[in-house]
This record gives sequence, C-alpha cells and structure tokens, in this order.
Amino acid sequence: MSARVITITSGKGGVGKTTGVANLGVGLALEGQRVIVLDADIGLRNLDVIMGLENRIVYDVVDVVEGNCRLQQALIRDKRLPELHLLAAAQTRDKTAVSPDQMASLCDDLRSECDFVLIDSPAGIERGFQNAIAGADEAIIMTTPEVAAVRDADRIVGLIEAAEKGPPTLVINRIKPDMVKRGDMLATEDVIEILAIDLLGIVPEDENTIVAANKGIPIALDGQSGAAQAFRNIAQRILGQEVPFMAIAAEPGLLGRMRRLVGR
Amino acid sequence: MGFLNKLLTREPASKDIAKKRLQLVIVHDRQPLSPGLMQIMKNDIILAISKYVEVDEENAQLTISQGTGRHRIVADIPVQGLGRRLQS
Repeated sequence: MSARVITITSGKGGVGKTTGVANLGVGLALEGQRVIVLDADIGLRNLDVIMGLENRIVYDVVDVVEGNCRLQQALIRDKRLPELHLLAAAQTRDKTAVSPDQMASLCDDLRSECDFVLIDSPAGIERGFQNAIAGADEAIIMTTPEVAAVRDADRIVGLIEAAEKGPPTLVINRIKPDMVKRGDMLATEDVIEILAIDLLGIVPEDENTIVAANKGIPIALDGQSGAAQAFRNIAQRILGQEVPFMAIAAEPGLLGRMRRLVGR
Repeated sequence: MGFLNKLLTREPASKDIAKKRLQLVIVHDRQPLSPGLMQIMKNDIILAISKYVEVDEENAQLTISQGTGRHRIVADIPVQGLGRRLQS
C-alpha cells in the first residue's frame, strides 16, 4: 500500500492552512481512510492544538528524523477517529533542523503506514515551504478571497509547478456570502480566473471554526455548520467522489443585479 | 447608506477594483527577470541592431511572455529609414 502525500500550502499566513489540514484529515478518516497529518511548521507548531492533541506529544518530527525514536512512537493516534494520526512538528527547533531530502525520505517511510499523508506547510516560500513540498505528490493551495492572499497564492502556484508537484488544486476559504453579494469580496469565479487552477472546494466564513479551535475539536468531526460540511465535501472530492460545490453566494442578489444594470 | 452612495456615484464594486489590481500585480510578479535586467538586455539588443539599421529607440519594447511550457522573449523594435538603406 502506498499513500498519497498531499501538502496544503498558501504562501501567506493566516488563511487557514492548519484548520484545513485538521478538518481534511478528519474528513478523510470519516470516509474510512487511514490518515497521518504531519505538521511541517517546525518552531511554530499549531496543528496539535487545533486538533486538541497537544497534551499527548512525546516525540516529534525532528526526533524521528534524528533517530531519537521510532516512527511509530511519534505517531499520535486520535482517539475520536482511530484511523487519524498526528506527527507533530518540533517546537523548540527551527526549519533548518530538517532538510528537504530528510522530509522526502520521511514521507516515503509514512507511505506504507496509511492511505493519506496531509502536510501542513508553514507560510512563506523559504526552507519551511521547501521542506513541506519535498516529499509531496501533489499540493492543495489554500487562499482567502483577499488581494494579499491571492497574490501570494499565485506565487506558490509557480513554485509548485517548478518543483514538478503540480498542477495544484485550489481551496478558497473564509468566503463571506454577504460581502460577495454586495460586490465587496472577490467571488469564487474571480479567484479561479486569476489563479487559473482547478477548484477543489469553497469554504464559507464560519464562527464555529473559532469555537472549534478554542475547544480543540475540529468542526468536521460532527459539526453541521457550513464550514464543517464544506471540509467533509472536499475530503470526498479528494477521494474522487463527485460532490457539488456548496451554494455560497453563487448569484448576486437583487440589489447587486440592479446596481450592475445602473452602474459601470 | 453605503449602497445608495455607490449606486448614485457609480463607484465600481470594491471586489472589481481588487480583481483589476490583482491581475496587474500578478502579471508583474510572473515576470522571471527584473525590470532593470530587461532594460539592460533591451539596450544591448538595440545596440546590436543599430550596427545595421537605424532604430527608433523610443518605441522599442522587450517583453517576456509565458507560452506553453517555456518563456519567450519578444522584441518589438521599430526601425527607421530601412528603405533607403536597402537601396544603397
């Protein structure tokens, strides 16, 4: 058995990569897949707290690479979903503690342990990002419908294609339907047109995500809110299932249409 | 009300402004060579061509376009008085 290794990356920080990795990991595990989520953000780890597994970390990814423990010892099993495992980043080291070659070889070792390895990439385009994509087969780019995030996403698309991991697929996170309707937020079609990559999913802005992070319980686990459903949908699409995109502000409202007639 | 203001002043939707700005900045971001380096290369190409024909430097343009797979450098260099030179 050989797992698919997928890196979730964005360029810009704060767009929801870590939340995405946690919830896609949950979504895939709910579909019966064996999943390892790997935090590649060495020095600034967060996947552990988002998943609520921070108290169970004994060994981390640097311990595995340096041979301080066996791989199995560093895999933390999520008791809520027995098919879901976390390999945490080291918190007291920095990105240079691991090389891209070491990450690639670690990913190869993980392949025989599961169906999916999801890698949480750090922000930026430097060593941490290079580490995060070194062992990946494919990449998912996460962005929000904001100019800074989309611009950085475009940069990352180029880097992923240059590293021959592409073409990446796109997840647009934190869409605010009301703002899209008013014409004050880039719509899904606008972002796709600019980045010119295939859409994997759209996730509405959802306060439940913050509550879930507060509690350390990923929303996709049992949440019925928009973002919870959206992440489960994306997980199903990763498995090749045809799931229609959620209707998030697909059409401008009556006022928006009126303005289009009058304005411009 | 913000919406009525926009309606009356025909201000474009802010997302459309965002989109235009993004399209422009990304075209720039995707350039593999810096503007400075492009200028130097353009000057060198003009210098080389000037040995043979009179060049309209003002309107010369050097661009890098992204085709399928590889980049392509396109030089658009108007020449002056080429007809006379051919005759001589």
